[in-house]
Amino acid sequence: MIALNVNGEDRSVDVPDDMPLLWVLRDVIGLTGTKFGCGIAQCGACTVQLDGQPVRSCVLPVASVGSRHVTTVEAIGTTQSGKKVQQAWLDLEVIQCGYCQSGQIMSASALLERNPDPSDSDIDAAMSGNICRCGTYARIRAAIKQAAKA
Amino acid sequence: MSKPSSSPQKVTSRRAFLQGSGLLLGFTMLGAGIRPGFAAAEPVEGDVIAAFSPDAFIRVDSDGKITFILPNIEMGQGTHTGEATLIAEELEVGLDQVTVVDAPPNEKLYTTALLGGQATGGSTSMRATWEPLRKAGAAARTMLVSAAAAQWSVPVSECSAKLGVVTHQPTGRQLAYGALADAAGKQPVPSDVKLKDPKDFQLIGKSLRRVDTAGKVNGAVVYGIDVRVPDMKVATVAACPVIGGKLGAVDETAARAVPGVRDIVRLDNAVAVIGDHFWVAKKGLEALTITWDEGANAKLSSADIMNTLKAASKNKTPIMARQEGDVAGALKAAVKTVEASYELPFLAHAPMEPINCVVHVRADECEIWLGTQVPTQAQGWAAQVTGFPLDKVIVHNHLIGGGFGRRLVAEYVGQAAAIAKQVSYPVKVIWTREEDIQHDLYRPTYYDRLSAGLGADGLPTVWIDHVAGGSVLGNYIPGGWPQDKLDDDAVDGAAKPPYDLPVIQVDWVREDPPMPITWWRGVGPTHNVFVVESFMDELAHAAGKDPVEYRRALTKNQPRAAGVLELAAEKSGWGSPLPAGSGRGISLHNAFGSFMAAVLEISVSPAGEITLQRAVVAVDCGIAINPNTVEAQIEGGLIFGLSAALYSGITFSNGRVEQSNFHDYRILRINEAPKIEVYHVKSLESPGGIGETATVSAGPALANAIFAATGKRLRSLPIDRNQLKSDGADKTSVSMMPPLAAPLLAVLANGKERPETGVETEAETL
Repeated sequence: MIALNVNGEDRSVDVPDDMPLLWVLRDVIGLTGTKFGCGIAQCGACTVQLDGQPVRSCVLPVASVGSRHVTTVEAIGTTQSGKKVQQAWLDLEVIQCGYCQSGQIMSASALLERNPDPSDSDIDAAMSGNICRCGTYARIRAAIKQAAKA
Repeated sequence: MSKPSSSPQKVTSRRAFLQGSGLLLGFTMLGAGIRPGFAAAEPVEGDVIAAFSPDAFIRVDSDGKITFILPNIEMGQGTHTGEATLIAEELEVGLDQVTVVDAPPNEKLYTTALLGGQATGGSTSMRATWEPLRKAGAAARTMLVSAAAAQWSVPVSECSAKLGVVTHQPTGRQLAYGALADAAGKQPVPSDVKLKDPKDFQLIGKSLRRVDTAGKVNGAVVYGIDVRVPDMKVATVAACPVIGGKLGAVDETAARAVPGVRDIVRLDNAVAVIGDHFWVAKKGLEALTITWDEGANAKLSSADIMNTLKAASKNKTPIMARQEGDVAGALKAAVKTVEASYELPFLAHAPMEPINCVVHVRADECEIWLGTQVPTQAQGWAAQVTGFPLDKVIVHNHLIGGGFGRRLVAEYVGQAAAIAKQVSYPVKVIWTREEDIQHDLYRPTYYDRLSAGLGADGLPTVWIDHVAGGSVLGNYIPGGWPQDKLDDDAVDGAAKPPYDLPVIQVDWVREDPPMPITWWRGVGPTHNVFVVESFMDELAHAAGKDPVEYRRALTKNQPRAAGVLELAAEKSGWGSPLPAGSGRGISLHNAFGSFMAAVLEISVSPAGEITLQRAVVAVDCGIAINPNTVEAQIEGGLIFGLSAALYSGITFSNGRVEQSNFHDYRILRINEAPKIEVYHVKSLESPGGIGETATVSAGPALANAIFAATGKRLRSLPIDRNQLKSDGADKTSVSMMPPLAAPLLAVLANGKERPETGVETEAETL
């Protein structure tokens, strides 16, 4: 059994050590907001936060999480930066199909936690690991700046 | 009709389905009229009913709940918001007062006339529903107002509706729609209704909030891949890596030993492992030792396919798409002739949500959960594979995590049903990204030869476009497309460019590739407009003219094209100086009933690296139902097209697709995206399509900008940066790995460092 803290809740899961956190969240715990996109940390759809740091859960073995707190998109609205990001995403109509946006929101809110006033190049560095196939990049950039001011 | 209920109910046993062929999707892209009022007065199997159910789209319950059943699926393009706006405008309700749901599979009620089937594609949704959905709203409002007038015993003319409430103007008495639902249901459905004058629109033309996004910021939305049903297991699948090959021998020993693996299922051309969760299924699949019967395509390569296509282009008799004027005579009389040929690659769709489908095959019925652009086709596939009649296949459609044409095909439903029918429990089949890239149905490759004769003024006196490629439509028609018949999609964007070209010949040589092909965002125009607009640029330069000035001279009788051309030129600062190594390119087209001009500004480094600086797009899409959505589709569509033009191409070697995931089927990222500005030409024309128009604009604007920046004309996609470098270095493998987010954790349980990208270590095991 592996102990996890997910969205503030202590859990214990009976899964192989090398099972990526993504599949523990989705298929075992039932938190499906975190998405599968590529399985090799290329697209960022699976991004969650470990103690506030963005990680690609599709390549993160669950046993490596340890005591760090896992936050997923289902609970990111309980953080101040997450709530601002969600609101800016809606206000600027960032979202199209929405499938990548869980990961985008997790990366963006982690960026704002450590950098309350990101420049364009800060945004490029923090967000270029998240692919959006609908091409919402211009609005993602604008929404991060709006959330930073909120 | 039915008893009032607090919420819409599924009809479980009413009259039998009246279905068309579930496998047929007859796209008739050109010349098809919009069939008026595709509503029926009576609910049918799978329908949602309520106290007031005047047609196929509107339900009002006695408690006031208003539900719209929308004929087209939401996959990000904003259709749910747009279609709800059309109904709400005439029904006199606010979008915040309604719930929207997807239509059940039903060809009779929800066929998109432009497509000839219940399908969402080809940028047809708003065009096809523009009249019918407004008429549905107006008819329902008429019935509600009439019911109120009858209740008050006053003339209908003294009553009006607003925000879901009918008011008797002289007395101020009011009744909400919910209170009128029962009585309205007894009113006759009006056979003719008057629609609002556009000047009276309250909702259409305003950038209303999208109705589908609230649950997309917190993980609440359930896509097909998120569906979980009791006792469900998860499968992943490997199909024969060689196109057309079959499954040979399978050694299951090691896979069976993986804890959590439940079943291993063999299909004709694939094998699936079913486990307690996806990870176990994937581990099991990797543990199989599989021998494939590779078949006839075992040595097939991209070069073979292109060589065959080129030979066909030169040797086969083409099918004429358009011929006007004395082509031979004009060529003879030309002051100058120009010729060029263009090559376009196979393309994968790569939607962010990988292919998936949940299927439960029971003794007497089959239930499926997925997100599809073609719900009746999905139903048909499951019925065919399971042997159940259509009314024993229950389809639950979901919001789609990216379609782009991939989910216009439901062949994977057949595969999932073939897997599920071998076990007793429900199975969620999920393809890995590798399976998705390597077993897509691709946008076909094309080889087009163009020629033109120029007159003394440099303008074309004759224009000839020989298109060569496969028939996409042929993959949708049972029995295939007749060999001697024109597939309009093959020449869409080529046959009727928005220019004054009095002497023109456009023809098509059909050469189907050995693998199945399908529509890809922008369909025919994405291919043809790249060629037409690249060649138009070549003619301008051959004539020594500015590309905008040249197009201006050819659009004197094309007012809508000229309108967007002028606006894009003005807003982009066309003609103003740029630094060395920079350039602007323009493209102009009239795809999907809209007109669009795009100016792309780029710079090219000595190493051949392209930076997309700025895009300026002018659009005349008729009435913009939701201007913000129009802009979003243009921004996203442009990125989609630029991504393809810069990076995308599916290639084959030894019958196998050479790309496998986002590291080698690269997608444009935020740090590479240009600034995008969108400008509207105000118009009262009926709405044109918008979901694919900017994808069409992207490729030619890029190629023309590259020429402006470097003097090099690239006639094939994706862009070969080796041709652009001026520093002598080989760029064949330049920066396939884009920069990734910096502070990401990559520590394994045992403390070993592992690259965050995981690409080297993971890819080897896939």
